[in-house]
Amino acid sequence: RLVQVSKNYRSVIRACMEDMHQAALSARDPALHSQYSTQVSILSAMELIWNLCEILFVEAAPAGPLMLRLLDWVRLHVCDVDNMAREVLSSENPSKHELFWNVVDVFVLQGRMDEARHLLSKEASANPTSMNMYKILDDLMKKMPVPSLGNTQTLTEMELKWQHWHEECQRYLQDGTFASNSHMESICKILLGDEGAILERKELMTTWYHFLVTQLLYSRPTVKPMELRLYAQMDLFLGGESSPEPLDTILMAAFEFEMHQVIKECSIALSNWWFVAHLTDLLDHCKLLQSHNLYFGSNMREFLLLEYASGLFSHHSLWQLGVDYFDHCPEYGRVYLELHIERIPLNTEQKALKVLRICEQRQMHEQVRSICKIMAMKALRNNRLGSALSWSIRAKDAAFATLISDRFLKDYCERGCFSDLDLIDNLGPSMLLSDRLTFLGKYREFHRLYGEKRFSEAAKLLLMLMTAHIAPCSFWMTLLTDALPLLEHKEVIFSAEQTYELMRCLEDLTAGKADKQNFQDDVETTKVEMLRLALARNLARVIIKEGTLEGS
Amino acid sequence: SEQVWDKSENGDWHCTASWKTHSGSVWRVTWAHPEFGQVLASCSFDRTAAVWEEIVGESNDKLRGQSHWVKRTTLVDSRTSVTDVKFAPKHMGLMLATCSADGVVRIYEAPDVMNLSQWSLQHEISCKLSCSCISWNPSSSRAHSPMIAVGSDDNSPNILAKVQIYEYNENTRKYAKAEALMTVTDPVHDIAFAPNLGRSFHILAVATKDVRIFTLKPLRKELTSSGGLTKFEIHIVAQFDNHNSQVWRVSWNITGTVLASSGDDGCVRLWKANYMDNWKCTGILKGNGSPVNGNSQQGIFNASLGSANTSLQNSLNGSSASRYFFPPLDSPRAGSRWSSHAQLLPPPPLIEHSCDADTANLQYAHPRRRCVSRPLNLLPENEGV
Repeated sequence: RLVQVSKNYRSVIRACMEDMHQAALSARDPALHSQYSTQVSILSAMELIWNLCEILFVEAAPAGPLMLRLLDWVRLHVCDVDNMAREVLSSENPSKHELFWNVVDVFVLQGRMDEARHLLSKEASANPTSMNMYKILDDLMKKMPVPSLGNTQTLTEMELKWQHWHEECQRYLQDGTFASNSHMESICKILLGDEGAILERKELMTTWYHFLVTQLLYSRPTVKPMELRLYAQMDLFLGGESSPEPLDTILMAAFEFEMHQVIKECSIALSNWWFVAHLTDLLDHCKLLQSHNLYFGSNMREFLLLEYASGLFSHHSLWQLGVDYFDHCPEYGRVYLELHIERIPLNTEQKALKVLRICEQRQMHEQVRSICKIMAMKALRNNRLGSALSWSIRAKDAAFATLISDRFLKDYCERGCFSDLDLIDNLGPSMLLSDRLTFLGKYREFHRLYGEKRFSEAAKLLLMLMTAHIAPCSFWMTLLTDALPLLEHKEVIFSAEQTYELMRCLEDLTAGKADKQNFQDDVETTKVEMLRLALARNLARVIIKEGTLEGS
Repeated sequence: SEQVWDKSENGDWHCTASWKTHSGSVWRVTWAHPEFGQVLASCSFDRTAAVWEEIVGESNDKLRGQSHWVKRTTLVDSRTSVTDVKFAPKHMGLMLATCSADGVVRIYEAPDVMNLSQWSLQHEISCKLSCSCISWNPSSSRAHSPMIAVGSDDNSPNILAKVQIYEYNENTRKYAKAEALMTVTDPVHDIAFAPNLGRSFHILAVATKDVRIFTLKPLRKELTSSGGLTKFEIHIVAQFDNHNSQVWRVSWNITGTVLASSGDDGCVRLWKANYMDNWKCTGILKGNGSPVNGNSQQGIFNASLGSANTSLQNSLNGSSASRYFFPPLDSPRAGSRWSSHAQLLPPPPLIEHSCDADTANLQYAHPRRRCVSRPLNLLPENEGV
């Protein structure tokens, strides 16, 4: 299962490589082309490393299958030979092709016996004189014992068979069977694991790890994983000509089973955290990493994941992935998430809502409040009162809601109409967040009732707003003014009792005002007078009406 | 004067406002938390500190990409040059602290967050040393009372500790000195508390003749004075003199994992602790934004130090919004945390010596992604985990 996961990772890397390769091919700009090509090489290096780690650590292939896996690994990453082979085979006279023996050699070096034999047969048919030699070599190659994947043979059996075979090859070589054909002779030497012969083919193998695998194949095919470090060395191959590169150091560390070293070297060499974070995570799941005690008590896996995820947050859409990563960091994931999520630029409402949903799912109440507050503030500054109100309702910020309601009411007084009617109409229970907001909602309801000509209900509501002190005192004048048309209506709407109440309200209001300085502008005075008149008239009418009904 | 820059959708910075603010050199500019709106505070040689708010302008202005800032209040209590101004952590409400050359730290509060013109002086702390910088402890944990670190660039010969820590005492309702860092005896130019990620101790960075990082571990409060001052166990966890010159500014990223410093050598250096808690330099940038490619790594990854990693980054993580700090190359490592609320460090010499210098203090605002000066394009190199 974990091996499968590892394979998935690798196929992802390969897919990226493919895309990058395509991009490189189609790139016109040489700088871009070289950029993409470098990307391809980095990705291929990553896959190489990951693959080796998969073999050695995740799958932990034991002796026997280990050899096969390593062979696969080498074959996968030195692809040149297939092109060469194709070229040789498609030519008229394959065995006369200049690359012929190169291809055969590579096949042998990689343990691809069947393909090597296939090519050799071409040589044999073209060159009947060497038929004898060919038959023997072919036979040897056919008989070469390989570790099996299944449990059909134990290691000891395999080793025994191999010993026999090795001795047989030795005999043929010493008999001079291949003396007349240097190519075949060197192949035989390779089969015997002759270091010198193998090293001669340095350029074909191109890397020291290829050399290592070949060497192991022909001298110790039953090598145990822990023994690898004994054989892995670069000096013989590099021969002092060049110094190891980061990739080499990483692979060497892997062969030596120094997992921490591998991760450390990868962190240094690669410039982003994707690789190390995911590799470490995988290794951690394989229970291969012991955790060190850090000053904040976390471990390397979490450290790397935190780094990686933090990096994601700077991206305008990949931050959502970062959230998931943080969720998987038990110690510090949450607090990192809290810090980062507050700082995502919220340029659109959808983004803000997305962020909020994430916070709410994780019960990050403080962040929810903060984000809503920020959005409300932004909306308020841009005079989008409806938006500001809905944000403050979401934030359950009563104080702010009061402020915004006041603004709404002020707007109404100035302009005589409401903005954002939909919002206010549909406040529902959130109306209760703040008194002022409740008033706003109810006031709007009054207007609606009025509009629907449900006058008596409207009247009752209006009165209630004042008597229940839901309306702020500052607004009473406006409410009373709103009552005017109802008072002046041809039908009597306010009952006697209601009218008395209204009058009392008016007196309360004016009494308060009379205490203050005596400047009431004309509009005010006129209004008050009109109200008094209307109230009186209504009272008169209603008394008559009520008296009359009672009478008859 | 001050300038405000906005980052547009495609990642370019534009200057959206530039106006004359004080009658003397402006030393520092700082953003308030966006919960309070778009608010700035500045302090100056002219002995005042001012609070500014952005006014949403006419739609023409918006199209032209201009915004207007209005002064809401001027704080004139100081009798000498005001050297630093910082807003308190948002959980303390709308509060700010100023410090002056005469050694007084003043803490103001705006009781009504909607009214930015009413600020009342809540505390005056006398530090006995000329102050150059302050830093609030951003920790919002209930376990810690409000704390301010004050740094001094006093050059007088008596060797007093140049960094003092003041803590709010619940009982006396005053700020009192809790600690003085005796080991810091050179003039201090900047200090900064790191964001606290639930650690039990605090981290403080000091910019003096070198970069120093201290940890302050609160010891258990003495039982005799519960509500008394905390005693701290102070350790220095890092000291770097790579700048080889005076270090002028230090600034933390949002998780408190990367510290940036700027020095007289014209470079910005980034410091990071690996998971074994060893601090190391992870990047160097020159003032003009070019990288210092001192010891580039060899090998197949060599070329990738350049533009190639842009694509690597892109293909794996997508290009990041923090490109202006680090080209995608290093964004996943440190850049991301610079996209907001980080202070970017100005070329130091300008501030000190010229009278009418433009403010050089850079800071990134919250999600609106504003900043107050020219950002640097950084390309750090890899120097280890």
